[in-house]
Amino acid sequence: MNDPPLQRPGAGTRSRPADPRTVAETVTDPELPQLTLADLGVLRDVRTEGTGTVVVEITPTYSGCPAMGVMRADLVHSLHEAGFDEVDVRTVLAPAWSTDWITEEGRRKLAEAGIAPPGPAPVRSAGPVPLDLGTTRRAASCPLCGSEDTEQLSEFGATACKALRRCRDCREPFEHVKEI
Amino acid sequence: MHEETVYDALTAAHGDDARWAFGTGFDDPLAGVDTTVPEGVHPADLGAYCLMLGDDALVLSQRLTEWVTRGPELEEEVALANIGLDLLGQARLLLARAASVGALGRSRGRATASIPDEDALAYFRDPDEFRCTGLVAAPGGDFGRTVVRLLVASTWRLALFVRLRDSRDPVLAAVAAKGVAELTYHREHAARWVLRLGDGTPRSHRRAQAGADGVWPLLADAFTATDVERRLTSAGVAVHPGELRQEVEGVLVHVLEQATLAVPPWPEDTAPSGREGQQGPELVALLRTLQSLAREHPAGTW
Repeated sequence: MNDPPLQRPGAGTRSRPADPRTVAETVTDPELPQLTLADLGVLRDVRTEGTGTVVVEITPTYSGCPAMGVMRADLVHSLHEAGFDEVDVRTVLAPAWSTDWITEEGRRKLAEAGIAPPGPAPVRSAGPVPLDLGTTRRAASCPLCGSEDTEQLSEFGATACKALRRCRDCREPFEHVKEI
Repeated sequence: MHEETVYDALTAAHGDDARWAFGTGFDDPLAGVDTTVPEGVHPADLGAYCLMLGDDALVLSQRLTEWVTRGPELEEEVALANIGLDLLGQARLLLARAASVGALGRSRGRATASIPDEDALAYFRDPDEFRCTGLVAAPGGDFGRTVVRLLVASTWRLALFVRLRDSRDPVLAAVAAKGVAELTYHREHAARWVLRLGDGTPRSHRRAQAGADGVWPLLADAFTATDVERRLTSAGVAVHPGELRQEVEGVLVHVLEQATLAVPPWPEDTAPSGREGQQGPELVALLRTLQSLAREHPAGTW
């Protein structure tokens, strides 16, 4: 508990603010700290308005994602530390976030962290959503050994965005970011 | 570099921006969202409609989380809690939308000023101020009944949200577009359980059938339109629940038949009850639990 406070991105640069977008892009997801909000596609826009207010737009992954408040606080904090005193973090609900918005860099980092990245999100048409009663409907290769032979243990995992799977070859369980 | 784990991140010095995650003190969930009321729409109607859909989600979320520590297996508790969390998120946005158009009523005066509007609505309204249907207010019963009710409720809500994506209210349209993907998962999860139980052992079949027989009469309240829903449907904001009947019935009959369950008769139309605030002792008991902490510690933060 006696450790000095950890340095935040941009700390100590109050006299000469950096590009606010660069600062915002370093803020990471509270539940997937390997990924930045930019990697996740949650960071929609960073711009400077009027007399220098930095406006940041973020979008929730799931409606009930409890990390939104923390993301907002982390963005405000990082930008304050970088010398931007006026920060306005806004929520954008439309268009709704989809896992297709996770960048290639984000997918690489997920796999590196032992989490299988999502495949392409289901295509949503304008009409009724067809019901799928099949037992297996998505595949994910094992992020540890690369095997394609994996099975789903649970559709719902430790966070709203992940399912739990197991590799039939190396027998290790792993998480998979669900396509949504 | 950012902190290594979420716990480090939570405990790291945040200076004046300090907050403890996942507790009180969240910002307005609609911060920065265009909350203009569409032309020709009465704000009181829009508020009442958002309460209906928000309360459905809030109350069903509570019913699902009642299974935590009581589920048949740990994974299922996590699943039901996750589904409940999605619904809670939808509730939060919808109650915030209701508050933004003046639907706070007496709840605002009962709640401490520091409590967000949507929390005032959730924790400081009395049962007769809730607008959820009897479909979600009914107790979960055994696991067979719980999954049948989740199937019915998520099928109804998914059919509604698919259509609400075109609502003239930008907030409703956005909440619906986001909810469609979530509800698709909920419905599939419930449908697979109904299939597994109905087409399982004689005992699981019997209990799934009892669940269906118990849940079907509750359909009446969900498909009865109030005057608010009628007016807002004409205004292009809401969807008349009668429009959902064919699609919902088709999905439910398909799942029950696949599960070798007998499809109970569709109930007779009734006058709206839950949507008009006529709530039974079941909701009173649920709210007593849901609201107890906030009412005992009205200025509490955690």
